[in-house]
Amino acid sequence: MNGVHDMGGFHSFGPVVPESDQHVFHAEWEKRALALTLAVGALGLWNIDQMRHEREKLPPSIYLSSSYYKIWTLALENAIVALDLLERTDLTARTADQLIAGFAGQGSYERPTDTRPAYAVGQQVRTRELNPAGHTRLPRYARAHVGTVIAVHGAHVFPDRNAVPLGERPEKTPEWLYTVEFTGRELWGPDGDPQIMVSIDAWEPYLEAAE
Amino acid sequence: MSHEHAQEHEHAEYSELSEMDARVRALETLLTEHGLVDRAALDAVVERYETEVGPHNGAAVIAKAWTDPKYKEWLLSDADAAIASLGYVGRQGEHMVVVENTPERHNMVVCTLCSCYPWPVLGLPPVWYKSPAYRSKAVIDPRGVLSDFGVELPDDTQIKVWDSTAEVRYLVLPMRPEGTEDLTEEELAALVNRNSMIGTGLAGTQQEVS
Repeated sequence: MNGVHDMGGFHSFGPVVPESDQHVFHAEWEKRALALTLAVGALGLWNIDQMRHEREKLPPSIYLSSSYYKIWTLALENAIVALDLLERTDLTARTADQLIAGFAGQGSYERPTDTRPAYAVGQQVRTRELNPAGHTRLPRYARAHVGTVIAVHGAHVFPDRNAVPLGERPEKTPEWLYTVEFTGRELWGPDGDPQIMVSIDAWEPYLEAAE
Repeated sequence: MSHEHAQEHEHAEYSELSEMDARVRALETLLTEHGLVDRAALDAVVERYETEVGPHNGAAVIAKAWTDPKYKEWLLSDADAAIASLGYVGRQGEHMVVVENTPERHNMVVCTLCSCYPWPVLGLPPVWYKSPAYRSKAVIDPRGVLSDFGVELPDDTQIKVWDSTAEVRYLVLPMRPEGTEDLTEEELAALVNRNSMIGTGLAGTQQEVS
């Protein structure tokens, strides 16, 4: 979706304000917000793409004026309401050991496929001009531009289909995933820095062959 | 002004903090009472990301790559396996790619869409990484971002920005500081800060450590 979360290339957000790497949290509630989100997520009622979509669906004014863990908390509240979690009796909390064991285990997003990748490293591709109302991971600044495939990662879960509304069954058919590199001039025009390159990770449905 | 009024005023000044504090506490109580979360599990999550998982993990990876050419080759060709061999595995680190800085090319990592970040090697992302300022600017003006961090690179150094739009997570292998030939792997790890592994900074010099 074309939401305010899709920020690449916006101007006027001001300078980046660095901070030391000593501060993981800035308030006690942030710790609990993180832990609650991970603990409820471990119940297995949604996937990463559905939860991202819950966050990006927040009203733009709320999204932009909320701190990061507030965005997480608001999305979590909405998910709890959408799934009527407080009324469900078939769910049991994960213990600390189960939760941490779950985090340590590697959960790959790569999936087997019978298809062959349509593009190869070195090939020129054009990103499609897509504007889906639902979840997508093709950022606006990188749409309808020509780039070069620099890596093929295998077939991965496709977010645009994985992020179905909460409570519905996600469609997990994977798509080939590529890293596509663009010159700064291709993305930002003749006034762009000639010495920058930008890449995105793009699934095959985001791409078409370029001449 | 009555006493109550003064108290209200005090609350208003910290309205977001107190509002969020109350809101998250209420949520935690509700979810706990309904048996959906276990408080000990919440404590374990906080403990894990506050103390165990952080940039010191990534620094160990980088220091090893600086001192062991075979490991570096492995890291650059199969980061998943090379990083897992040191024990740094887990969520947000399932598909790692390590990109090497050179005098000709500086790498920087961003997630313009949210906050994707390699948790097993860097811990949780800092506030600025998740901020609109960084997410908007990194892809259009990475040199300006570096300047915000006090880093100036030569004009002819190419800056390569990696936008983490899928589940692939990137770690920058910074250049080893000059004059560090005699340092041990452990001493080298102390020169590697978080920003140098995101690409908004450089690995430190020996002087900074002493």
